[in-house]
Amino acid sequence: MEDAGADSAFRANLAAGSMSYTLLGQSAIDGVLLGGIYGLLALGLSLSWGLLRLVNLSHFAMAFLAAYVTYQLGTTFNFPAWLSLLIVLPAFFLAGMSLHFVFTMFRVSEFSSMLVTFGVTVLIESLIQWIWSADFRKYETSYGQETLRLGPFFVPLLGLTAFACALAMALSAWIVLRHTMLGKALRAAAYDGSTAAAFGINANKLSYLLAGSCAASAGVAGVFIALIYTLAPSQIEAWIGVVFAVVIIGGLANPLGALAAGVLIGVSEAITMAVVNPAWASLVAFSILIALLLWKPAWL
Amino acid sequence: MAMIRSLIHGAPSIGIVVLLAIPYMGTPDFYLSYLYNIFFWVALSTSWGILSGYTGYWSFGHAAFFGTGVYTAATLAGKLETPFLLTIPAAAALAAFLAVAIGVIVFRIKSLRAEFFALLTLSVAFVISSIVSNTAIDGGSGVFLGNIVLPRLGTSDPGTIYLLGLVIAIASLVISRAVLHSRVGIGLLAIHDDEDVAEVKGVPTFRYKLIVFAISSAIAGATGAVNAAFVSYVTVGETFSITVPLYVVLMSILGGARHWAGPAIGATLITVARSLFVGAEQAERGRAGVALALILVILGLPQGIVPSVVPWWTRLIGRSRAAANPASPVAGDPPAVPSREARVLLECREVVRTFGGINALRGVTLSVNEGEILALVGPNGSGKSTLINAISGHFPATSGVIEFDGVRISGRRPHEIARQGIARTYQIPRLFDHLTVAENVRLCAEFGPPANSGERGSDEAARQWLAFTGLLSEAHRLPSALNLHERKFVELARALAARPRLLLLDEVLSGLTPSEVDQAVVMIKKIRSSGTTIVFVEHLMRAVVALADRVAVLDQGTLLAVGSPRETMQNPKVIEAYLGTPHAA
Repeated sequence: MEDAGADSAFRANLAAGSMSYTLLGQSAIDGVLLGGIYGLLALGLSLSWGLLRLVNLSHFAMAFLAAYVTYQLGTTFNFPAWLSLLIVLPAFFLAGMSLHFVFTMFRVSEFSSMLVTFGVTVLIESLIQWIWSADFRKYETSYGQETLRLGPFFVPLLGLTAFACALAMALSAWIVLRHTMLGKALRAAAYDGSTAAAFGINANKLSYLLAGSCAASAGVAGVFIALIYTLAPSQIEAWIGVVFAVVIIGGLANPLGALAAGVLIGVSEAITMAVVNPAWASLVAFSILIALLLWKPAWL
Repeated sequence: MAMIRSLIHGAPSIGIVVLLAIPYMGTPDFYLSYLYNIFFWVALSTSWGILSGYTGYWSFGHAAFFGTGVYTAATLAGKLETPFLLTIPAAAALAAFLAVAIGVIVFRIKSLRAEFFALLTLSVAFVISSIVSNTAIDGGSGVFLGNIVLPRLGTSDPGTIYLLGLVIAIASLVISRAVLHSRVGIGLLAIHDDEDVAEVKGVPTFRYKLIVFAISSAIAGATGAVNAAFVSYVTVGETFSITVPLYVVLMSILGGARHWAGPAIGATLITVARSLFVGAEQAERGRAGVALALILVILGLPQGIVPSVVPWWTRLIGRSRAAANPASPVAGDPPAVPSREARVLLECREVVRTFGGINALRGVTLSVNEGEILALVGPNGSGKSTLINAISGHFPATSGVIEFDGVRISGRRPHEIARQGIARTYQIPRLFDHLTVAENVRLCAEFGPPANSGERGSDEAARQWLAFTGLLSEAHRLPSALNLHERKFVELARALAARPRLLLLDEVLSGLTPSEVDQAVVMIKKIRSSGTTIVFVEHLMRAVVALADRVAVLDQGTLLAVGSPRETMQNPKVIEAYLGTPHAA
């Protein structure tokens, strides 16, 4: 993801050769914003893994599909991004529920879900390649390059919006899970479905709701990916590793944890890029993950 | 029929001879490469199955070991001009070393769940690819291997690579089959179903996982070395791409990961299916087709092709399973052993066990004499099961000493304790769900104390104990087909099959009907008369009085009283613990 573009601001600094606090601060900001995107992608994955016991590899392909749809609607029909979002959200909610229908009908296990959704990933990737070709596409908008100036730092506006969105979604997911009957029922059903059912919880209905919401969250992530990054079908795989690391570090079914982990990984990557070498950045996420798994803190 | 059978049995050797002859028959290079490609995936997916298929520890990092092999060959043959054939064992050794290094750290984590292992290995692959890419090993631009000299095995370089690929593919299949049919194999399948129980039954789980991780990675490394010569230009992107682990997993699942031949079948099918689509657009459609096929197969045949086909195949070649013959006279009673004078067999001194802030055992001192039946009673939560768990090593004691026959066993690993001659049952039966009843019992006979291991002995022991518990007719069923009473008796047969000197029974009678209880009481008495010492946890006072020589009462993690059943149950402290203070007065 070195070519992702989020680091363009400090690349310029790097070119100037000034290894300074400004550079570090700028990388930290870029890292936090990158973490927002990670958190956005990790949220749905973490919830479906933790609460539905389904590892949805196709989450990434779904996000990219949403990104391409946004790109298409924006370039051919000049739809603003928020309008695309309004189209993408219900469509993806339905898509998530249909996929979940297949899972429940065939009683797919946790591991099989990984394989089935890998198949779905390849199918979506083929579909994208068929419609949009394997070429790189960039959705240019009038506001794409706008930044906010904070003293010596530049904050890209889109990245900030994505982060705010990730924070809002993570917070609301957390509130729903912790403090509403709906969330408590969801957690109970995930912990022990048959016992929960005995207490009158309709786990099946809840699981459709959750599966739909997770897919919709992939749609949201996709809209931001379209606005911020260059699109290519091959990019789908590039996200899988890092985002899974984020999901695990954040703790399954823990929305705020996912965002925090996203920020942790994003910041460490950005700082590694700035201080050491961009090529080593991906090493960081996995070294953190391995260290955490070995140290096995209680929240994992 | 006999001819068909001998044909079927001869087929593999004929097939191998034909495959070996192919490069000498002037076959065009295109076909050699095509077949090599199949061998490549067969070797890789079979090697994956040896660890992941059998144990259920799914590795998504197979690319790490494959890649280690690729770059070992690239460095040794490409840069240091080592003879190519030497690079293959070197690649295998380095990959195995890496696996052992990872395994020693990772397999020690007790709570490591299978999905975490998958992601951990995936991460390792990313880390290694990052290191290879950023150091002189690759440097980011790839390594060109066009200049390496291959030994002339066939009639051309593609012929050589074909033969190397064939040898590795056959070797991987032979090794995988040998592992599955060995003592290690059944231990691995038990790990897959319930690792904690496998360990308690005497399977050295840590060592076994490490061994097969090393074997699996060594094959992947060797495959990588050969493939480096095949592609002749290696890049980090290609070598460590997510395709390698994903295809390997898919092929294995498609074919059936718990069978030695499953991954190879899956690999052949997918490789051939992919090759049917050539050309840019066709290839893309082919990929989508494979993906769709995968989805359908996983949904329709979750166990994979081979396990679904094997029963049908077995019937075709008329190789019926040696059916258990219930009529054959099997010694129902264990042989009687002359009673020796009472001496201490098990001694617990100040055993403490805490769970977080909860003290489940607060210093229990208790000794059990050889040949006696000791009942552990007490209210729920008094620490009875925890004491059983501490003795068997399932939850090691936090402090204190447990000695068995004068040898300290506290702090030892559960399988070592099992091999000293201690067997236990679980309150809720924890059988290996994918092994038949007979295999469940045989495994425990096999991994019990060394005196009675050995293939033939353990088969016989399994039959004997199934007959003893009246389950011989269920021998070839899976545990899920049994009712609770039968499952409890399989649990008992498993413990007995280990021929323990000390048997720990955790509420074997709960949930049984009165007549089943009577049956079990007779059985337990018979077991004791064969010289086995028994400690049992029980709530059912009728059984306690009927069986126990002595009763030990636990309350809130401390030992309240020990003595003869009647005396102990009249002890005011015991009555108070059970019924509350007013009744004790």
